[in-house]
Amino acid sequence: MKRRSVLTTVGLYVVLVVGSVVFVYPFLWMIATSLRSLAGVGSSGASVVPEEFLWDNYVRAVTSFPFWRYTLNSVLTTLIPIVGTVFSCTLAGFAFARLRVRFSGLVFGVVLATMLLPGEVTMVPQFMLFNNLGMIDTLYPLILPAFFGSPFFIFLFRQFFARMPAELADAAVVDGCGWFRTFWLVYLPLARPAVVAVSILLFMGYWNNFLGPAIYINSDQWKTLPLALAGFQSVNGTDTPLLMATSLLITLPCLVLFFAAQKHITQGITFTGGK
Amino acid sequence: MNPTIGWIRDLAASWGVPAVLVPLVPFLLLLIALYAVLGLAAYGARRRWPRADKTIAFWMFISPWLIGFAIFTVGPMISSIYVSLTSWDLITPPQFVGFANYTEAFQDPRVGQALKVTLLYGVISVPLQTALAFVVALLLNAELPGMRFFRTIWYLPSLVSGVAQMVLFLWVFNPQYGLANDVLAKVGIEGPGWFNDASWALPTVILMSLWTVGGAMVIYLAGLKDVPPNLYEAAAIDGAGTLRMFWHVTLPQMSPIILFNALTGIIGSLQIFTQGFVANGGPKDSLLFFVYYLYDNAFQNFRMGYASALAWILFVVILALTTVTLRGSAFAVYYETELTTRRRKR
Repeated sequence: MKRRSVLTTVGLYVVLVVGSVVFVYPFLWMIATSLRSLAGVGSSGASVVPEEFLWDNYVRAVTSFPFWRYTLNSVLTTLIPIVGTVFSCTLAGFAFARLRVRFSGLVFGVVLATMLLPGEVTMVPQFMLFNNLGMIDTLYPLILPAFFGSPFFIFLFRQFFARMPAELADAAVVDGCGWFRTFWLVYLPLARPAVVAVSILLFMGYWNNFLGPAIYINSDQWKTLPLALAGFQSVNGTDTPLLMATSLLITLPCLVLFFAAQKHITQGITFTGGK
Repeated sequence: MNPTIGWIRDLAASWGVPAVLVPLVPFLLLLIALYAVLGLAAYGARRRWPRADKTIAFWMFISPWLIGFAIFTVGPMISSIYVSLTSWDLITPPQFVGFANYTEAFQDPRVGQALKVTLLYGVISVPLQTALAFVVALLLNAELPGMRFFRTIWYLPSLVSGVAQMVLFLWVFNPQYGLANDVLAKVGIEGPGWFNDASWALPTVILMSLWTVGGAMVIYLAGLKDVPPNLYEAAAIDGAGTLRMFWHVTLPQMSPIILFNALTGIIGSLQIFTQGFVANGGPKDSLLFFVYYLYDNAFQNFRMGYASALAWILFVVILALTTVTLRGSAFAVYYETELTTRRRKR
């Protein structure tokens, strides 16, 4: 790379530091506020120095509403759909990459076209469908569709499988391995990095899903954490520390996952960022 | 509920299936029946045409997607056309009303307001987000010590998304106790009412959306790493400065990624919902985003026909905007083809 003058380097750092402070400030304020008393919120304003450490706010966040019940619902509607999406999308992605038959290109075009289709168009009739199946106010409408693939991730896995050598499949098939076993025993294990990266992306998406629960869940026992938080906001509108503590607790799994799997996320971005 | 499905459910319940699993039984039975038919067909086809195993495998592999496409996309879309021509509250049978829902939508001032708010949000926030994410990615692409740390910081806010983000910013922008107005007061400016002020609510949501540009930024970062270094070397030999390199190398090479991000950004921005929901539509409908209004009609007022008509209007708007972006970008986006790669190697 070319060399930079000292002045440019210093200027760059100044911009970066100022920008970073602006960006991270609301986040730090969120943490500081979550540890304050109600009176403290009024007096400390924009300060991010935690002059109080009221851990009790977190205890209240967990105990003042059925937090663990909602967590269980959130976990169920996150982990099961991840498994379903990965299963259906790797299958289809493999087929589009390695099983080139008549019409496969056309079908793949349809998959790509549905990527542009806004989900809202099918929102009302899907609700009627689940209503007919008697699944309103259960977790099923939030779980079942995941098992039927999502165009974006089918596309992603297709790109990944297409980059793997085709000879692998030929060799396996010559050895008498069926297509499914070729996929399951040869290609899927090799696709591990892609599966891990996609699972992380999916986790963030499903964990924070709001529209789905807002449509299908009415009763308290099936609420997910984001839906509960939205209700909580309107009920406890003025208890800022409690709200911040609850929001942070809900964000925590995403934060932990991010720091634990930073390497995999960067890898995943490389797949999605490809042209 | 469908009577046949109700009957199956009652049967399942009487056989001692746990109550939580009862709604699943009819669906699973349907699926098993479907796959039994598919399996039989595949078996028959294989005996008849032994050399077509690849074709059969292909259709079996994509069958989950195909079934999902039929029951969650195509089927609902067709029935949605019909429902949009009826008046239906889910309880009494639907009444055919022709195009009444559409004419009502075109006269409904709240539809106009929802379209205005949503389009304004999209048209302003997407270019701002794209530009900011790209500039930040350029900054963070510099090979200097400590960049990993800065990247993490800029990405961090993207992890606080959806409801948690909105709840946080309702307080950041609280006129009395909020972070923003306290900072402004320190430099002697009296801050506005933000979310409480009808003319400020939408700009506030746009400002808030800039906080999470980290997601798009990392995609640009990955793209910047993929620009072939020999292009820069060649440009440097030709005597290009930093600005010309950016204009003639970086920007053309990045243009497909920018287009992809802008497209997904536009579609995403028109589907904004959570912010409108948590703010209850904002003061004087200032945050009445289209999907929120649609949701309100469908699932609060149970006007299924009207909501379906609204959904189709949204579909047309998104389609139009996508087409305009794609058409408009055709001359501005550079696609690497085998031809250009070969020419460069020579």
